[in-house]
Amino acid sequence: MKLKGAEILTHFLADEGVEFLFGYPGGAVLHIYDAIDQQDRVKHILVRHEQAATHAADGYARSTGKPGVVLVTSGPGATNAVTGIATAYMDSIPMVVITGQVPTHLIGNDAFQEVDSVGITRPVVKHNFLVKDVKDLALTLKKAFYVATTGRPGPVVVDIPKDVTANVADYVYPEKIEMRSYNPVVKAHSGQIKKAVKLMAASTRPIIYAGGGVILDNSSKELIKLAHKVNAPVTNTSMGLGGFPASDKQNVGMLGMHGTYEANMTISNCDLIIAIGARFDDRVTGNIEKFAPKAKIIHVDIDPSSIAKNVKVDVPIVGSVGSVIKALLKEIKEGGFKQDKAALKEWWKQVDEWREKECLKYKTNGDIIKPQYALEVLHKITKGDAYVTSDVGQHQMWAAQYYGFEKPRRWINSGGLGTMGFGLPAAMGVQLAYPKAQVACVTGEGSIQMNIQELSTCLQYNLPIKIICLNNGYLGMVRQWQEFFYEERYSSSYMESLPDFVKLAEAYGHVGMQVTKAGDVEGALKEAFSLKDRLVFVDILTDPKENVYPMVPNNAGLDEMILV
Amino acid sequence: MKTELKERRHIISILMENEAGALSRIAGLFSARGYNIESLTVAPTEDLTLSRMTVVTRGSAEIIEQITKQLNKLVDVIKLVDLTEGPHIEREMLMIKVKTSSNDSREEVTRLVDIFRGRIIDVTSTSYTIELTGAGDKLDAFISAFEKTPILETVRSGVSGISRGAKNLHI
Repeated sequence: MKLKGAEILTHFLADEGVEFLFGYPGGAVLHIYDAIDQQDRVKHILVRHEQAATHAADGYARSTGKPGVVLVTSGPGATNAVTGIATAYMDSIPMVVITGQVPTHLIGNDAFQEVDSVGITRPVVKHNFLVKDVKDLALTLKKAFYVATTGRPGPVVVDIPKDVTANVADYVYPEKIEMRSYNPVVKAHSGQIKKAVKLMAASTRPIIYAGGGVILDNSSKELIKLAHKVNAPVTNTSMGLGGFPASDKQNVGMLGMHGTYEANMTISNCDLIIAIGARFDDRVTGNIEKFAPKAKIIHVDIDPSSIAKNVKVDVPIVGSVGSVIKALLKEIKEGGFKQDKAALKEWWKQVDEWREKECLKYKTNGDIIKPQYALEVLHKITKGDAYVTSDVGQHQMWAAQYYGFEKPRRWINSGGLGTMGFGLPAAMGVQLAYPKAQVACVTGEGSIQMNIQELSTCLQYNLPIKIICLNNGYLGMVRQWQEFFYEERYSSSYMESLPDFVKLAEAYGHVGMQVTKAGDVEGALKEAFSLKDRLVFVDILTDPKENVYPMVPNNAGLDEMILV
Repeated sequence: MKTELKERRHIISILMENEAGALSRIAGLFSARGYNIESLTVAPTEDLTLSRMTVVTRGSAEIIEQITKQLNKLVDVIKLVDLTEGPHIEREMLMIKVKTSSNDSREEVTRLVDIFRGRIIDVTSTSYTIELTGAGDKLDAFISAFEKTPILETVRSGVSGISRGAKNLHI
């Protein structure tokens, strides 16, 4: 079938099973937009800013496991998308971003709306391509999806010059692709599995430290099995929340800078860390010299470069999380796995003592709304079953600490890059994927203003997101650090001249509410979630002085937390 | 992580797709992650779809491990080997232009070229251009041997390397 480049693109996306294309038109992609208009297999979602297109595709990918797909024009279209691409890259989210480019004969000429998109995005993509010939288009797109979704997933950019979208070539959907330079390891080395199980049997103070890899590889069930088999406490990274149910009695909560007392004490005192799909990020380890000094480490990751990057590892296992856990379970079953039950009992006694600190307890104060309380109410009203996206700052940490995620892919946040403005567009991607589901965007008055224009997109596509804005009038996390480490000099962290969010929501055609008293939170959230087909912006005025605890100060060890 | 601080020189040989931008991916990786490059050479192989690159870098064992892992992670990289892990041969080519305005200096230069087994590849009434191949320290020694003769220009190719024996880097 002979098709124009633009049609090859739309045919390919449909054949690849892409449901939504998040994008914004412009000169270099006009042929593509014309082709989009003449088909109905791929639905285009018109955002109001290219950054939001990438975050929406990202939210779609995180909640479904399918790649998010973005289309932007050349120049500013591409540069606006960079923040969203970097966000996806840091959290290993599968995404394909198609950027328009000036015609091939103008490349390098400083043409109108020309930037070197391949060059600009190179450090924040898994891979990228410039398509110079329409004959290569379909195969390049196939490669892009293959690379984005296999191994350690990540964003891939395909830069397509305008003339390539006008030129004609034969189109056949490439069913299969092989790349001699790209063959991600899936199955682990059996010798390493045996060594790991030996260490697990010998350990008297083990902990499982599970990250986003568990969620990316859909291996939550396997993780639960392994945890129950080994009877080890389980801690999740922020990216891993929901990978192990919050309510499981073996769960000790999130670890790291704002981790629970019990998680940080358990990992600091353990004799074995079983790290699964996590990367010992600096926010997790605290001062690396003081991190888990007595522990041996088993590290499971699909990316060899994540292993032994920050910590020395005793048993590295390269492979997909799911296949490695299955192999571990098989070895446990067949290899005569014997643990010191009495010692483990002692270990659990110790862990339970740490739990008794109740580190997430907070003081209430009359009518003043504590942000933690608002999140507990959110959990109650949504029965703990909502998709929760967040922006970045104090509200993000409180949501991570207080919502209690039971299932994977329910907690959608920018963990690695920490991108403010992520929450609302990410929620759009989630709501499009699950039109009937409860989707809450937990945000602050600072973050929400970084992509507030998307309220318009939400109206256009009837996305009944519930925006839970914990409004304390401060860039709270900045304020908290200034209070602790800069002698309360609150430089530029107070948010003056805030808009009236209720009127703003109404101006965009949505429902706005403001809550000022603790006693009104539950009623307001109930009402908000009862409006099933409306976006509701709930502006909750919270205690401006509240801090996130526990907190591990910079350069301190995990067992040197500041508690309330 | 307690790191092994002893830094050593490593020669990493990389086989990769001969695609536009492959070189900048590798150079970009080194600068983004703060690794140093002492020299870098690249050219297509006998199979024109492949490029062979030689990178000379310096680092502790841990850093070199990260460098090789990060390089392997690049989608365009097919295979790589750290040549300094085994017996290997490294060569670099030097072209040097020196001022030879007197008979004495011409004789002196010719003698040096003989001793170092170089070749004079261009001559004018006032200059000689010499080609010399060898390991880096031999080229260094040659250059510093020109005590009296003024050097007009030098250019070095950077290191290329290959392993000894039948072992080879091939797909």
